[in-house]
Amino acid sequence: MSAATLFGLCGAALVGLGLFGLIVHPQLLRKILAFNLLGGGVFLLFGIVARRGAAAGMGGDPVPQALVITGLVVAFSATALAVALLLRLSQETGQATLRSDASTNAGTDGVHR
Amino acid sequence: MTIALAFDTGLAVLVLAVASWTIAARETFAAAIGFVAYGLLLALVWVRLAAPDVALTEAAIGSGVTGGLLLGACTRLRSSEAPAAAEKPGAALRLAAAAVCALVSAGLAAVVLLLPDPAPTLAPQAVASIAATGLGNPVTAVLMAYRAIDTLLETVVLLLALVGIWSLAPDRFWGGYPGLRQRGDRDGVLAFLAQLLVPVGILVGIHIFWVGSVAPGGEFQGATILAAMWILAMMSGLLDSPAMSRRWLRLSLVAGPTVFLAIGLAGFAMAGAFLAYPPAYAKLLILTIEVPLTLSIAATLALLVAGPPERTPQQ
Repeated sequence: MSAATLFGLCGAALVGLGLFGLIVHPQLLRKILAFNLLGGGVFLLFGIVARRGAAAGMGGDPVPQALVITGLVVAFSATALAVALLLRLSQETGQATLRSDASTNAGTDGVHR
Repeated sequence: MTIALAFDTGLAVLVLAVASWTIAARETFAAAIGFVAYGLLLALVWVRLAAPDVALTEAAIGSGVTGGLLLGACTRLRSSEAPAAAEKPGAALRLAAAAVCALVSAGLAAVVLLLPDPAPTLAPQAVASIAATGLGNPVTAVLMAYRAIDTLLETVVLLLALVGIWSLAPDRFWGGYPGLRQRGDRDGVLAFLAQLLVPVGILVGIHIFWVGSVAPGGEFQGATILAAMWILAMMSGLLDSPAMSRRWLRLSLVAGPTVFLAIGLAGFAMAGAFLAYPPAYAKLLILTIEVPLTLSIAATLALLVAGPPERTPQQ
């Protein structure tokens, strides 16, 4: 098995792991964390596509590599926005999950402030 | 089994083990630490995949800055940790989720095993035209020349995320200072580290940015290191975070995208297309974009970590 295939299978497993964490963790911060873990797996799949495209004396295809760099930066900005939303939610309502029965309280809390 | 393959197998197993632990860890703080380790291991994987530019970005942004952001959020959400964890779904749902996720993984693994051979690649085209850009690093050539529009939009995404975060500020804090004032011990270890590391880090950041035209590195990696140095100086209490209403701050945030857009539009006159560079001036124009862009990205990243204003402008 080549290194590209090996890390490709690793990336596939990481996507599954991240998705699992995203579904089962009630804490929103854990969901954000799992989402980033999932993203790492997706980027790795891009990475093996780049690695397999090694040609013209280069170790990999630079186009998917540049896409991953762009993707990492965009993933970070999305994470920062998500964390800011979560901290604001916790400031307003005192909760850090998406429990639905608390949403009515949350609405009135916000108005009183 | 060759030594290289044995190393790769060990690395893949380690990545999966740390990732599983990050998902399974009971405490969020421990999980965030696990995530930082996971990011650094992924950076090693990127080196093994012959992508040093991505490895630098993963280590700096994916592991470092994202990890710092998550750790900061953990400490602020600690009081809600126990009640939130109590809402854990039942065993049946967890089993169903595990089955679905295993299916997704299996599907992706099948795709990986069935990838076409020989693999399609744009590497020959990227190398063939690189002389026209005056650059020596094909990844930087893709980011700044062939797919410059992606990079332009990406910097706009960064700014939009910051606008989104700032707009979460309560009215009374609008224009104020992000985050809580750090009153670190001036003689403490963190302050010492900041005094020692920040000057060196700024040089390293500028170097990584500068060599990006010919070697692994570039504006995003360099900017992240610069941002990390600013964050370190703010965390240690040596510097206060700037008020978001400051004109110099806002100018430095938009300078990069503005110059990028202006040169992109000038491309219509100079080379007949948006973001096209005349070959004789390509490298000069790319550097003219990259210098303000690096500063803007660094400032934006640092402020994304600092969060929305939480102190009034007068405070």
